[in-house]
Amino acid sequence: MPTFVRTDKCDGCKGQDKTACMYICPHDLMKLDKDGSETGHAMKAYNQEPEQCWECYSCVKICPQNAIEARHYADIVPLGGSVQPLRGSDSIMWTIKFRNGTVKRFKFPIRTTVEGSIDPYGGKPVPKLADLTKPGFFTGTEGGGAMGGFRAGRPDELIRR
Amino acid sequence: MSQGTFDNPEIVQEEVDILLIGGGMACCGAAYELMRWAEAVRAETGVDLKIRLVDKAAMDRSGAVAQGLSAINTYIGPEQDPADYARMVSNDLMGITRDDLAYDLGRHVDDSVHLFEEWGLPIWKTDSEGVRHDGAESQREGLPALKDGGKPVRSGKWQIMINGESYKWIVAEAAKKALGRERIQERVFIVKLVNDKNDPSRIAGAVGFSVRENKIYVYKAKAILLAAGGCVNLFRPRSVGEGTGRAWYPVWNAGSTYAMAAEAGAELTMMENRFVPARFKDGYGPVGAWFLLFKAKAVNAYGEDYMTKNKALLDDYPPYGQAAVPASCLRNHLMLKEMKEGRGPIYMDTVSALAKLAETLTPKEVKHLEAEAWEDFLDMCVGQCGIWVGEDVDPREKNSELMPTEPYLLGSHSGCCGIWVSGPEDLGAPTAADGEYDGVPAHLPRGWNWGYRSMTTVKGLFTAGDGVGASGHKFSSGSHAEGRIAAKAMVKFALDHKDWKPELDTAPELLAEEIYKPVRNFLAHKDYTTAIDVNPHYITPKMLQFRLQKIMDEYVAGVATYYTTNEHMLKAAEYKLELLKEDAQKMRAKDLHELLRAWENYHRILTAEAHMKHIQFREESRYPGFYYRSDKNFIDEQNWKCFVNSVYDKKTRKWTCFKRRHVDLVDKSKLFKAAAH
Repeated sequence: MPTFVRTDKCDGCKGQDKTACMYICPHDLMKLDKDGSETGHAMKAYNQEPEQCWECYSCVKICPQNAIEARHYADIVPLGGSVQPLRGSDSIMWTIKFRNGTVKRFKFPIRTTVEGSIDPYGGKPVPKLADLTKPGFFTGTEGGGAMGGFRAGRPDELIRR
Repeated sequence: MSQGTFDNPEIVQEEVDILLIGGGMACCGAAYELMRWAEAVRAETGVDLKIRLVDKAAMDRSGAVAQGLSAINTYIGPEQDPADYARMVSNDLMGITRDDLAYDLGRHVDDSVHLFEEWGLPIWKTDSEGVRHDGAESQREGLPALKDGGKPVRSGKWQIMINGESYKWIVAEAAKKALGRERIQERVFIVKLVNDKNDPSRIAGAVGFSVRENKIYVYKAKAILLAAGGCVNLFRPRSVGEGTGRAWYPVWNAGSTYAMAAEAGAELTMMENRFVPARFKDGYGPVGAWFLLFKAKAVNAYGEDYMTKNKALLDDYPPYGQAAVPASCLRNHLMLKEMKEGRGPIYMDTVSALAKLAETLTPKEVKHLEAEAWEDFLDMCVGQCGIWVGEDVDPREKNSELMPTEPYLLGSHSGCCGIWVSGPEDLGAPTAADGEYDGVPAHLPRGWNWGYRSMTTVKGLFTAGDGVGASGHKFSSGSHAEGRIAAKAMVKFALDHKDWKPELDTAPELLAEEIYKPVRNFLAHKDYTTAIDVNPHYITPKMLQFRLQKIMDEYVAGVATYYTTNEHMLKAAEYKLELLKEDAQKMRAKDLHELLRAWENYHRILTAEAHMKHIQFREESRYPGFYYRSDKNFIDEQNWKCFVNSVYDKKTRKWTCFKRRHVDLVDKSKLFKAAAH
């Protein structure tokens, strides 16, 4: 389903050089129409190539104005349904509306740590170059992970060694 | 230098030691491992390695995991051996995989999964009473982490369930922090590798362009990791309107990994292999949890379980059909029989499965189960929910159709096409002394390792994830781990060649002209006609893609022919692809966005051509259910239990295909039950 941008909600990310949706789209689909020459709506974003949209919802989830929704692929899906998320810091809420009016809501966790809090090497060893060509990751060198950086298999399984 | 313009882009040049191309799971893994070893290099030798990552998108949501995932498909766990994993990979891919690569991945992959959990990825757990908890709840309940013996919820022998909406976001956060902002260049699409001026068998750099500014980027590097995904939309998809984008694998995977490697002279392997997933029709939602967690069965229109009904067909393909879990392609083969003989549609019987589960569960548990079923889609394939809401599907009341998709080329999922790489040295893999078939070009290495793990046959060029061929079933976690494995070898390579200076075989100005050729085509001819898209002097990237998809679909075993081809159809495709490759030089780009599409489609053409040439060379049908050669509709173990590899000559634009010997490093007979009588 291509995503679409609501004219009543999009603020073009307040005139910054690039919008959040342009920043995030993995397929370079979202575009800010600065002067309105392409859509008739100046300083609002739009999906410039809807038939290339994977419906990954990256733009929907990141939009600070909740201005982006999806209208399911017109060549496949009957009209009237919608699937809309609200992504928070530790969970995501989904509102699912069926064509027949049924509504379902679900909430799922998305992460167990605070966004931005990852300390990639905290408490992890700095490896020695002498270990560079040995099997295993740096996490498994002295003082490293519980698994020792890799899981050695049973030697008798290797029939040519 | 003055600011670039659309007709005169600025050329930015940079020299680094290690360049990472791509921002998906493999490059995130590589970045994480790389930066820690770079610290060790600095501490022990005083050398400060210059490192750069270039991504055509934004790392937070780039690659195949952009949308999220509902499961991690490769977690070995303490109960299984890497050899068990290598055996599974081999059988699912019809016996022809590199055990050294699969085994090595199997012994490393769990460390990446443990990191994901530490970084905040919620992983479902089973408590001591067998009740399952989502990843956040299990943490609140005090259930141990996987690394401390926590029990995951298995949705299959190798898969574990997660709450994975933010999977990529989390993995990217760790990678970005490890690298630091200053080493990351987003929205630059690398389109071409450059060989060394003094040694054509060596890599010296890579070039690309910004999709945001009029800038060409020219990188020189000692070592390059090329991990830019698999190939999607080289075949005409089943949906051709707005639904074109609803590919099963991400639509932005354009074959860049295979095409750029081939042009640089890297040996490709098993490019005849493809993956045709059987998924929920149109939305391509995942089926794994439905089969394995909810115990649903797939049935024909008459309610018959075709896996049971057509079981005898599996015996046509010994031994691959006789494992406890038959190869993925063979499961398609049994489904296609029903479709071809007119007993479709095929359904996932969600109604019976949920009714059966409800018999033994409390209403609260049933509600939980419903949420799990929806989350399975919402975490990784929202589009499937879109179809369910549009068609008013309640899985308790209405079964959903299944359908085999258009073909995909990839090396990390249930597919094994890709690049031939150097493997580990300690697993008993063949060496140069073991001999090789005649026909392997003299300049290529013998044996399965040539010095640096994960290096291609081009010196200094490494790959991971979808790039590594003849393995498969790495998925997200394995691609991350494979990036890390490659990173270590790249550090070694950079240190071993620290005084070597790369020299590009082509001047930056000429490279820039080549990259901007579609722009030149547009600017030179745009005023010849009134309608911008119809012009005898150029072709739009979109129309070129349609042409490619039509050729591949109709002649190279796409959905139009029920995945069937023969030598005559391949011959026709060969000719049409050559003309298409010529016309690719006439693609136009009216803006930077279209320049992105132009180069993506150029990469698709080369990937498609490799696929076609390999199918032509392999005179059998190795993957029934994924493709059939009607003129060679059998598996020929005697002559074709071997790798098919190829090299491409960018000067003559010709492919050379050849065989390489297959050798088992683990005993495959353990997969098969003792003969019953």
